[in-house]
Amino acid sequence: MWTYMIRRILYAIPILIGVNTLTFLLFFIVNSPDDMARMHLGSKHVTQAEIMAWKKAEGYDKPLFYNSDKTGFVKFTDTLYATKSLKLFTFQFGISDSGRDISNDIYQRMWPSLAIAIPSLIVGLFFDITVAMLLAFFRGTYLDFTGVSICVILMSISSLFYIMGGQFIIAKLLRLVPISGYEPGIGAIKFLILPVLIGIVSGVGSGARWYRTIFLEEINKDYVRTARAKGLSEQKVFFTHILKNAMLPILTGIVAVLPLLFMGSLILESFFGIPGLGSYTIDAIRMQDFDIVRVMVFLGTVLYILGLVLTDISYVLVDPRVRLK
Amino acid sequence: MSFLVLGMIGCDQVWNNPHESDNLDEKVGYSSFSEPPKTLDPAKSYSADEIRFTAQIYEPLLQYDYLKRPYTLEPLTAAALPKIEYLNEKGEVLPENAAGNQVAFSRYDITIKPNIYYYPHPAFAKKQGGEFNYHQMNEVELEEIDELNDFAITSTRELMAEDYIYEIKRLADPRVSSPIYGVMSQYIVGMSEFHDEILDLMKKNLTIDLRKHEISGLKSDDPHHLIITLKGKYPQFGYWLAMIFFSPVPWEVDQFYSQRGLGEHNLTLGWFPVGTGPYYLAENNPNHRMVLKENPFYQRDYYPVVSDDPNDTKKGYLQNAGKKLPLVRKFIFSLEKESIPRWNKFLQGYYDSSSISSDSFDQAIRIDENGVPDLTPELKDHGIRLETVVSPSIFYMGFNMLDPVVGGNSEKNKKLRQAIAAVIDFNEYIAIFNNGRGLAAQGPIPPGIFGYVNDKNPLTQVSLEQAKQLLSEAGYPNGRDEHSGQPLLLNYDAPSSSGPDDKARFDWMRKQFAKLNIELNIRSTEYNRFQENMRTGAEQIFMWGWNADYPDPENFLFLLYGPNGKVKYGGENAANYSNSEFDQLFERMKNMQNSDERAAIIQKMINIVRDDAPWLFGVFPKDYVLDHQWMSPVKMNVIANNTLKFVDLDAPLRAKLISRWNRPRIWPIMVMISLLLIFLIPVIISYIRRENTAIKKVK
Repeated sequence: MWTYMIRRILYAIPILIGVNTLTFLLFFIVNSPDDMARMHLGSKHVTQAEIMAWKKAEGYDKPLFYNSDKTGFVKFTDTLYATKSLKLFTFQFGISDSGRDISNDIYQRMWPSLAIAIPSLIVGLFFDITVAMLLAFFRGTYLDFTGVSICVILMSISSLFYIMGGQFIIAKLLRLVPISGYEPGIGAIKFLILPVLIGIVSGVGSGARWYRTIFLEEINKDYVRTARAKGLSEQKVFFTHILKNAMLPILTGIVAVLPLLFMGSLILESFFGIPGLGSYTIDAIRMQDFDIVRVMVFLGTVLYILGLVLTDISYVLVDPRVRLK
Repeated sequence: MSFLVLGMIGCDQVWNNPHESDNLDEKVGYSSFSEPPKTLDPAKSYSADEIRFTAQIYEPLLQYDYLKRPYTLEPLTAAALPKIEYLNEKGEVLPENAAGNQVAFSRYDITIKPNIYYYPHPAFAKKQGGEFNYHQMNEVELEEIDELNDFAITSTRELMAEDYIYEIKRLADPRVSSPIYGVMSQYIVGMSEFHDEILDLMKKNLTIDLRKHEISGLKSDDPHHLIITLKGKYPQFGYWLAMIFFSPVPWEVDQFYSQRGLGEHNLTLGWFPVGTGPYYLAENNPNHRMVLKENPFYQRDYYPVVSDDPNDTKKGYLQNAGKKLPLVRKFIFSLEKESIPRWNKFLQGYYDSSSISSDSFDQAIRIDENGVPDLTPELKDHGIRLETVVSPSIFYMGFNMLDPVVGGNSEKNKKLRQAIAAVIDFNEYIAIFNNGRGLAAQGPIPPGIFGYVNDKNPLTQVSLEQAKQLLSEAGYPNGRDEHSGQPLLLNYDAPSSSGPDDKARFDWMRKQFAKLNIELNIRSTEYNRFQENMRTGAEQIFMWGWNADYPDPENFLFLLYGPNGKVKYGGENAANYSNSEFDQLFERMKNMQNSDERAAIIQKMINIVRDDAPWLFGVFPKDYVLDHQWMSPVKMNVIANNTLKFVDLDAPLRAKLISRWNRPRIWPIMVMISLLLIFLIPVIISYIRRENTAIKKVK
């Protein structure tokens, strides 16, 4: 397994370089360093000399990939790409164009994101599995048909609708929780109830339907028939046998998204005023802050690859038939 | 669960209070911001999102009189308005009314009030021997620092003239990249030389201490005396002295923040400003909230006692006359990116004031039969007040005067522009896209600024038939080229906002041109490309805006001054308009004090621009602000930014009303839980039945 993991990590390096280069190219196709300077200096009274001074101060006065003014290998190292993007591989995130320490900002902002993401995932998973098992238990009945129909309806509704509807009904009409906001520590609970509830409800349609399919697949297997033939109660069959075996695809699916949880949710955090990481990248793109964009894309890639590796490992852990070579 | 629910029902408290403190009867102001500030460094900060904070913290030498209109400068930290002397090349003093071309230098003599102190900050803390506590911290000491509160000792010191000089040096420091260096270096004597000197030191990688290098136009012979020497005559410089760029920055603070290691905790001058103003920034989390607290050393300011306008008393603007400022000890600003939650929280009483977004306009305002805006009954029931004011801005439609079809000074092209100006109905535009919040501009200068004219632009009085006639005279009868017979196709360059309004806006614009049978091609691009097109002169027709830096007609008319052309000179004249008569009048007008003579010149200039029609004057936007009844009446001052100190509120009334408006409603939840239980009963029964069903014998 260790050889496999080392191989996967080595595979990740060209992927990271590729994503990094692509981000760099896309960003600078849309925004030139001059545009970035104008964005930061404001559009009024700004002269070309001031733009040049800003670019020099922020290190954007270098050529993108090849510095013909230099000699030898420095032609490649004294470039924007080398100075800005390659440093990331040493996890030196540096300072954003607005002068803030990026590592510090990420550290501060990941906790509120996790505060929504973790309860949404755990409670949502429990709720989805419960509904899915209920539908699977009553398979082929009106309850199953109605449940699946409701799931399809829930899946078809935009998450924005859930957010606005939830805020309107729960926070505005019933006045049970704040419409938006955040507080660190225990005080966060009252602000998290609604976004977590909305996260769960908006995900139950797809989650319950998927898990129902997994349960139905298991229900028709031989070992379940054997269990029933032994005279086990339906309760025992479901909870001891079907649930255990169905958890394999469910858990591996969840492990893949675990590392990405801390990247936050853009819409949910924006509407609920949660100071998380969800909008960090989008805000940076809007403010043309390349330093933040490159870090967040790099981090996203690393976490995605980590998620895939963890999925592979989780297969080995939960299914003794799987071996990584 | 039942106990919890019963407990909740019995509880009289509100549950939806979004503020950390439950004591809404404390005198704390609650407000929101939609864009996190990028920096609060006074040498760099330029946007409104930032100035709303910096203007409460920093104090420039001058400020605008809170109540007086038209906007008038008054001393803030200065003891009096600057004494201005005009000098010729030989250094001889000229009379006050000397013509601009005779004046070689202007000398601004400013005395600063004594006993003004900065808010307590670790940068000022000194040991007994006079050595600073925190100016040379080692790595071990820095490791223990996460926030400013981690510094055990703070201190203060008196404001000195040198602090203003230090900030002006920062404006010229290439490492700071101040956006106003370009403008100021044209005026302040020795500023560009200082810039070059610092640049030279940077190239040599030498340590730079700004105190050791001088700008020849800045002198301070006394801790409270400052002399600024400008090149030529520049009467608008007084307005600059009221801007945050000209705030004092103590060298101690700059040196303190320049220590490596503090930046890693975001402890920088850009994020933790140090000023002498009524408030200091107690909490700075631009992604969550910003907290301003009263500066304990702010002792000298009082609410104005008299006003020239008798309506001010009637409207209650003088109800706090003579009281010590600031009136509210703390303000909490929360980040609200989305307009709907912000609006709903305002309605619940959790924000004291609010602007009105397009989404909420119909909920807030109804326009009566006379076109006068009024509050809806729901808002009136809440005792909310509406304040409106025309902002010192203009959104205009411009023609690129370098373009061969619509630009130039030829009579034909001028008639084409005039024909277009006659048919575009900006009143309709305001009604459709601005919810009526604006005035159709008749000239380039907005109301409230000297030189504003409210007579109708003759071109807007031209009928459609006359406009068609103008178009025909321009060589396009019925919208077709008189020679080729081809339809006239014009290009409209616009930045795309990616919003839903874009398409409607562009369709409306097409319809306006279609009145003359002119085809309009929309070239919508993202803002960077749009700006690039403007810089290179690739645009044909465009719409752009300008927000006043200061309340002087020069700040609007310079947008049409020839030597300020965007393509040729990189200036702000985006239409690249050039008319020698207009330019000569501008040069005369810009150095004059407000007078009948100046007004007459401005009227002439406006007439020239109306006739040449390089602009369709577009819209003067109107700001609408809603205040809850517990807020003191606030006179809107769209030029001054340091007005938070004049705001007062009745916190007990707020707490009472919020409690009344926000009682939780439990019964729908109880009904839902009951329904769920009712639904579960047959499910449970069905489950039990299935469990107990015996296998049927198959016959």
